[in-house]
Amino acid sequence: MTFKRHIGRLPIIPTDAKEHNVTCQFCIVGCGYKAYTWDINQQGGPAPSQNKFGVDLSKQQDAMTANWYAPSMYNIVKQDGKDVHIVIKPDHDCVVNSGLGSIRGARMAEESFSEARSTQQQRLTEPMVWRYGQMQPTSWDDALDLVARVTAAVIDSQGEDGLFVSAFDHGGAGGGYENTWGTGKLYFGAMKIKNIRIHNRPAYNSEVHATRDMGVGELNNCYEDAELADTIVAVGTNALETQTNYFLNHWVPNLRGSMDKKNAQLSGEAHPPTRIIFVDPRRTVTVNACEVEAGKDKVLHLPINSGTDLALFNAWLTYIAEKGWVDRDFIAASTKDFDKAVAANKTSLEDAAKITGLSVDDIRKAAEWIAEPKDGGARRRTMFAYEKGLIWGNDNYRTNGALVNVALATGNIGRPGGGCVRMGGHQEGYVRPDYPGGKPAPYVDKLLLEGKGGVHHIWACDHYKTTLNADKFKQNYKKRTDLVKDAMSSVPYGDQKAMVAAILAAIGKGGLFAVDVDIVPTKIGQACQVWLPAATAGEMNLTSMNGERRLRLTERYMDPPGQSLPDCIIAARLANNLERVFREMGKSDVADKFKGFDWKTEEDAFMDGYHANAKGGEFVTYDRLRAMGTNGVQEPATGFENGKLAGTKRLFSNGKFGTKDGKATFMATQWRGFEAPGKEEESKKFAFLINNGRANHVWQSAYLDQDEDLVTDRYPYPYIQVNPEDMKDLGLSAGDLVEIHNDNGATQAMAYPTPTARRKQAFMLFAYPMGVMGNVVSAGVNELIIPNYKQTWADIRKIASAPGAARGTSFKSWEYKA
Amino acid sequence: MKRCDRKVDIGRRWFLSGAGVAAAGAAAATVIPNRAEAGPQLARLSYPSNRLASVGDLKPNEPLQVAYPDADAPGVLLKLGSKVPGGVGPGGDIVGFTTICPHKGFPLGYNSSDKTLNCSGHYSRFDCENGGQEIWGHATQNLPQYYLRVDAKGDIYAEGVDELIYGRLSNVLEG
Repeated sequence: MTFKRHIGRLPIIPTDAKEHNVTCQFCIVGCGYKAYTWDINQQGGPAPSQNKFGVDLSKQQDAMTANWYAPSMYNIVKQDGKDVHIVIKPDHDCVVNSGLGSIRGARMAEESFSEARSTQQQRLTEPMVWRYGQMQPTSWDDALDLVARVTAAVIDSQGEDGLFVSAFDHGGAGGGYENTWGTGKLYFGAMKIKNIRIHNRPAYNSEVHATRDMGVGELNNCYEDAELADTIVAVGTNALETQTNYFLNHWVPNLRGSMDKKNAQLSGEAHPPTRIIFVDPRRTVTVNACEVEAGKDKVLHLPINSGTDLALFNAWLTYIAEKGWVDRDFIAASTKDFDKAVAANKTSLEDAAKITGLSVDDIRKAAEWIAEPKDGGARRRTMFAYEKGLIWGNDNYRTNGALVNVALATGNIGRPGGGCVRMGGHQEGYVRPDYPGGKPAPYVDKLLLEGKGGVHHIWACDHYKTTLNADKFKQNYKKRTDLVKDAMSSVPYGDQKAMVAAILAAIGKGGLFAVDVDIVPTKIGQACQVWLPAATAGEMNLTSMNGERRLRLTERYMDPPGQSLPDCIIAARLANNLERVFREMGKSDVADKFKGFDWKTEEDAFMDGYHANAKGGEFVTYDRLRAMGTNGVQEPATGFENGKLAGTKRLFSNGKFGTKDGKATFMATQWRGFEAPGKEEESKKFAFLINNGRANHVWQSAYLDQDEDLVTDRYPYPYIQVNPEDMKDLGLSAGDLVEIHNDNGATQAMAYPTPTARRKQAFMLFAYPMGVMGNVVSAGVNELIIPNYKQTWADIRKIASAPGAARGTSFKSWEYKA
Repeated sequence: MKRCDRKVDIGRRWFLSGAGVAAAGAAAATVIPNRAEAGPQLARLSYPSNRLASVGDLKPNEPLQVAYPDADAPGVLLKLGSKVPGGVGPGGDIVGFTTICPHKGFPLGYNSSDKTLNCSGHYSRFDCENGGQEIWGHATQNLPQYYLRVDAKGDIYAEGVDELIYGRLSNVLEG
């Protein structure tokens, strides 16, 4: 039976409710929201004089109204220790989303910690340590003392390379400028930690290193460019499900034929009907929505052979150059190595067709849509957007470079209606001292698997869900951490000297002491000996920027659960403890490195970090951001005048790029087949491509959604989309549990019949707690240790008929039909 | 015309104008608003018991436009042909739903080929055979479904709704 809340009425926001600026804590888009809080024993009323909206709520409100909120937008939370009502609803005045809310963001209130309404009771509320054979609550002082003593001892014996770290590097929840600075100052300032990785990959590296090396920072346009483009090229991105309101509020108006902005900003040139090209092995709901809005003749879906994008982009460059559809003036003034790249990457349409499985005609047609001059001769404005299909795909570095080549050749960077941008996952929020390691950075998960390191600090990461070769990683990690757990169980906790000695002895035998800082118990946390409870966005003030570099402050609107603290403050207290312990050890020179962590609040961390170190940071303070509301300022900030921060709408609009000489550099990007070792063989040995990605209902790895009834009712188990004919061959019915298995490992999912899925190409959720896709991903990476999650092949077999929960869910097509 | 009749979509323009259901030429049994009597304060909302149609008015897999709990809340009655969750009537196959999308309030259209309600605003889809479950979409709730009762004469009454209807903070409007 479908989940229903049985709520027919909600408390009304009174006129005197407090209003807080909120940016959605989830995806890169960063929709603007407002949080309203008011006293638990008060309520507004339907009369205009009685409610925050000033309207008559006894009347039905119209579509797109600002004067309504869903039950998911309401909760009761603590504020300064007292219960208050809270409504977190989309902000109609935010230019990012104009009042739209996704199925993820519009549940922020319901996904908040509430004692009164029992939501998110999975949250960690106290520090926990391994004592007496299980995790037990303790104080911050006790937990941090233990962590500091073991960490200091390991550094003392193994050097700083003995400390392994996994840490977020992004914005939004589980990140933000305050927290990336807090952890960054600790590990790259006070220490020089090289063995560190990021939340979704096994090393400390950029997902888009090529574009940066070419001088083209990856978030170079603004969301309005999607409204101004003549053609949009979407590579390995499924925007309707993963950047929902960027797509709905900025792509769709253009596809529907909205001309207001084009006429106002781009007069004097033709504005033909907008076209869109998708490069994606899978037909997504985004493709369908574009066909609905623009008409099928304006949508070109290129269902490419998985992992062959590079050959396609090289063919585009070759064809466009041959036709002379390049921006010669721009190439001459602002770039270098164009001729070299064209020569090196020369690929005929026919050769590209062979590699990609596409037709010559479609490849040519795409090139025409991208670059053929418009009626009247004006340059076509084309925006290039890419994400995980490229990033987690074959030959990441060269493929990224090959796409940027096409954007540069056609003069589409720094110009209205252009851009060559990653779409993004999380928001961004990076400010840290320089990473002290090399390039390529150490393959941290491989080193851990090989028994390296003695202590592991984990910040909002969960390797058990988000690494490759995950089956073997987990088996090994459990063995190593169990060694330490067993040693700890053999000593009374109160005998601290003996405890630390036992831990160190176990580490000496290959054990690992693991500390998990997170907001909820994680899968990798099951192996850790210490859990430290963190606060999330809204429980602390938090700054981040979105996919058009829009920086906003989410104001603290509720208390963090229990004793939990902002990550930056946890980092500071850990630094204080390490300083004390090193001093006790008589190493005052080491202890002195941990000075400068006397922050009391997250604002202290912001001023020490972003304000003092980020480009344009000197203009930015909390007060100034507060005044800029949910529209904030686009980074880099360039000044503060008349009470407002000034920012940067597009990067590189002056034709100067991020290289020493200011010229963007074309890249030689020859096709070389499957780059990562073993992929070619795997593709031949196993029947199904196991493509993977996100679900619309679910944010990221479901760390909050795994506890949510709306989501678990819809998808009681992670799904795998399979073509109905393939299901027939495998003897599968809708909802059956299947095992996906290959030489790397095995995992499970629920079969979802999908007529649009191509034969032998399945798609399963990435990083879902009950069916980790990484189990079947090989250890193969690119030359910069970027994982290749997308090119994975495996066999599928039935392991159980549809369990009860699966029988209650719908297996109908996701595709809207008019 | 056939296709048009099948469509519950009463038109965005109509909905935005806030005109009454009667003005849109609704089929049989449009509801007369029935406000609950002022009485003791109760924990649950007091919904009107409104006759929406008779079993005989319904044709298999053809939507009948209704409104509940008042004229400003358009909805639909459906006879789906097989027993479904929340279904009433002799075959347990009669269900009723709001047709205001719980995401942003656009009108939902009925797709008879797969028995779903679909939103032209942002492509959300709801399964009429499974309690209005959101198959795919942006709403943070499944589709509000009516609690229905069929009396001995075959008259179908709506007597409540299981989720909050878009655009109102009380399913029963109170001024």
